[in-house]
Amino acid sequence: MTDDKIPDNLDAIYPVGERQPDRVQTRNGQPLRDLTLDNLLGGLVDASDFGITAEGLRLQATIAQMAGRPNLAQNLRRGAELAEIPDAVLLDIYELLRPGRAQSADELQAAANQLRDTYGAKETASLIEEAALVYERRGIFQRRF
Amino acid sequence: MANSQNNWARYDLWDERHLSLDRFAVEDPENGFCASASPYDPKPSLLIEHDRIIEMDGVPDSEFDMIDEFIARHYFDLTIAEEAMALDSREFAKMMVDVDVPRERLVKLSAGMTPAKLAEVLGHLNTLELAFANSKLRSRRQPSNQAHVTNAKDDPVQMAADAATAAIYGFDEIETTVRVASNGRTNAIACAVGAAVVRDGVLIQCSLEEAEELRIALAGFTSYTETMSIYGTEASFVDGDDTPWSKTFLTAIYASRGLKARCTSGSSAELLMGFHERKSMLYLEARCVCLQRSMGVQGTQNGGIDGAPLTSSVPRGGWELLAENVLAALLDLECASGNDTRHSESEIRVGAKIMPYLMSGTDFICSGFGSIPKYDNSFNASLFNAEEMEDFLALQREYQVEGGLQHVPEDQLLAARARAIDAISAVLETLTPSRLTETQKKSVLYANGSDETASFMPGEVAKMNAVVIEQNITFVDVCRVLSAKGFTTEATRLLSMARQRVTGDYLQTAAIIRDGRVISAVNDPNRYSGPGTGYVMTEERRQVISRMRREVSKRDILDGEGATGQQDSHHWRIEPKGEASPGTDPREVVIGISPGFGVRLHKTTGGVPLYKVLAALLEGIRERGGHPRVVRVRHTADTSFLGLTAARLAGSGVGIGIQGKGTTVIHRHDQAPHMNLELFSQAPLIGEADYRAIGANAAQYALGKSPTPVTILYRGQALGARFHVQTALLYAIETSMIEAGQNPEVLEVEFYDGR
Repeated sequence: MTDDKIPDNLDAIYPVGERQPDRVQTRNGQPLRDLTLDNLLGGLVDASDFGITAEGLRLQATIAQMAGRPNLAQNLRRGAELAEIPDAVLLDIYELLRPGRAQSADELQAAANQLRDTYGAKETASLIEEAALVYERRGIFQRRF
Repeated sequence: MANSQNNWARYDLWDERHLSLDRFAVEDPENGFCASASPYDPKPSLLIEHDRIIEMDGVPDSEFDMIDEFIARHYFDLTIAEEAMALDSREFAKMMVDVDVPRERLVKLSAGMTPAKLAEVLGHLNTLELAFANSKLRSRRQPSNQAHVTNAKDDPVQMAADAATAAIYGFDEIETTVRVASNGRTNAIACAVGAAVVRDGVLIQCSLEEAEELRIALAGFTSYTETMSIYGTEASFVDGDDTPWSKTFLTAIYASRGLKARCTSGSSAELLMGFHERKSMLYLEARCVCLQRSMGVQGTQNGGIDGAPLTSSVPRGGWELLAENVLAALLDLECASGNDTRHSESEIRVGAKIMPYLMSGTDFICSGFGSIPKYDNSFNASLFNAEEMEDFLALQREYQVEGGLQHVPEDQLLAARARAIDAISAVLETLTPSRLTETQKKSVLYANGSDETASFMPGEVAKMNAVVIEQNITFVDVCRVLSAKGFTTEATRLLSMARQRVTGDYLQTAAIIRDGRVISAVNDPNRYSGPGTGYVMTEERRQVISRMRREVSKRDILDGEGATGQQDSHHWRIEPKGEASPGTDPREVVIGISPGFGVRLHKTTGGVPLYKVLAALLEGIRERGGHPRVVRVRHTADTSFLGLTAARLAGSGVGIGIQGKGTTVIHRHDQAPHMNLELFSQAPLIGEADYRAIGANAAQYALGKSPTPVTILYRGQALGARFHVQTALLYAIETSMIEAGQNPEVLEVEFYDGR
């Protein structure tokens, strides 16, 4: 981005729900406009429809990047990578990243491999590998309880 | 004071004040009691070699701790770092308060500055300049506010009513938490349902252990989190049971589920946790805020937070808290600017603390504001609470500043509370075995806090939560119940909030939702560049924040006076009996009453009915041997001229002038208008007995004596604040009744009750 300016065309694409609602689909492939109370009561959509998709997150990442927020964009890209991964898997990896949970870099490396190989989460896997290196140098693998 | 150690009595007075409960810490950098610029803070430095940072703030990369490492790897825009670090810090500080330097330029340069450099820059700005910089740097144009909604019983019925209350008062976010860990579900459901009664778009958070908080969000009852704690030293971070990497991963998890997230940090956390490394509070917080931008979280809750009372105990503490928030704004983070902990027992310190924030605006002025009474706040008392809500409204009104809140008429408020109680009762009674009586519901409707409610107790609430968890109840179940029980609007609003996470528009920086529309730093960016730019309050909004309870208008005064006049008409009668001529009786004292006295005005600002006032003056004159005569002065309502006119008609040359609001003077015919014998200007304090004494003194002057002047007891009341609205309106009524050039009339006065 140059000249410290927010590009004008952001107005055309954001908020996505207002400016380009047809571009958004639910996790089950329903269009956004079908997420109505009637459809919910009629059983045509259910709770599982009300989550963001990886594609939706990548779009928001692009918007963040255009708005001059590369770090936020990166976080949203990581989010996109994690969108389809089950809660339990994510919470287990989060737990493993906390101090003293993993006893060696190998455990974190295994988690990184799982993210990359099973789920294609490359950016997030790199983050975990980076943690493994730093934890080693700073003694974070020490048992805490 | 019997036990006083003080020599000077004024210290005894000061020791009685709330301020005396506050403790002040001696500045002591060695032990971490230092707001900024500790001698142990590093000098700013940044060495880059082949696009790798090899030294930051005096630390070589081989010695980087986790925080240094994360910042070095993820924070910097290397294309600008060299230029940014080479900038003179004072020069950059000047740019921060220069309306002609755009925010984007400052944000961009900040991405090339180390924590020590940023702390050094802020050190050049005084409190006023910080507030001004904040008005320019904060990310979203429209300021907002967040509420705490909790109660001591975790009672979902009260919680729903209070969430509706918070929503109708204007809060865009509601943060709740529990007294009993297992009660999170019903708290979250109650807040979501209560807010939905009022409008579509209030973001809800239930602050809990991370995994449980996430589960509640996934069930669709909450939309954001803000309790991901960040610390400025490695040892504190590890004791907080996280690392920059684990927190970054958690942040990405929230994003992956379409949930808004902000981190939290704040000075004195490291000091309280015992790992401050002798660094100043601001430098440690600069590390925290740089780390948060590195992580890619959209925003922060900072400005002391739980540590605010400790930060406030050191010199420059209040300045430091504001500096933290300005730093967050400079780094382009949404800033929920603290003001969520009672940092002092002194109401003066509380009011002073909020002012720079109200003047500059922030993304969320408080994070949050205790919308419930202090004792019901499960986070502990906030800076402002239900008790002080109207004080906050008065500040907004007085300085025409946007704090996000507004006065609500009682009928609207009670209607919202009643509907919230009915809605949550329908949900709980359908989905759990709980039952509520009408008496229990009513106890919540009118309650200030949980002391007055007769609804659920924590034990019963825990049972409900067990059912909610066991049945895996989500927002879909709640929507179904609401819809079936006639709360279609609320069901639609609840659904609308769940729908927001499908688009994820509110994941962008500083997003709030108003009437279903996302407003963030992307589509409503703050571009303040001097007067008339940035957030300018609309006339409609100005009218809204100008409303208060107990507003008084001329109509109110006239209606009140009319009612008193009606009531009092059976006590007395005054009748004009032709033009008054000068008297000859040397014992005569004339009372000159004002044009509106007993006509449209019927009691003094001290609340004494005017017939009693006149009767007391007459009695006082007679008991000292004077002969009173009452005249109506028509050409003036000014006390001095009323008195002088009366004096010149009096055979003795002594007269009393009195206005309808009760202000009285004793005057003599040969005095200059404003050189009277005795003046009683503090009408609100003058009682019936005083008027009698004034009459008596007038009679003594008439007989050539020198009585002791009447003294009215004054104990320092803010009479202007209490009475001047009424006084000005009453006096305007009087002046409107003046008939220029008309001579005074003699009055025949008759009292029906034997006076």
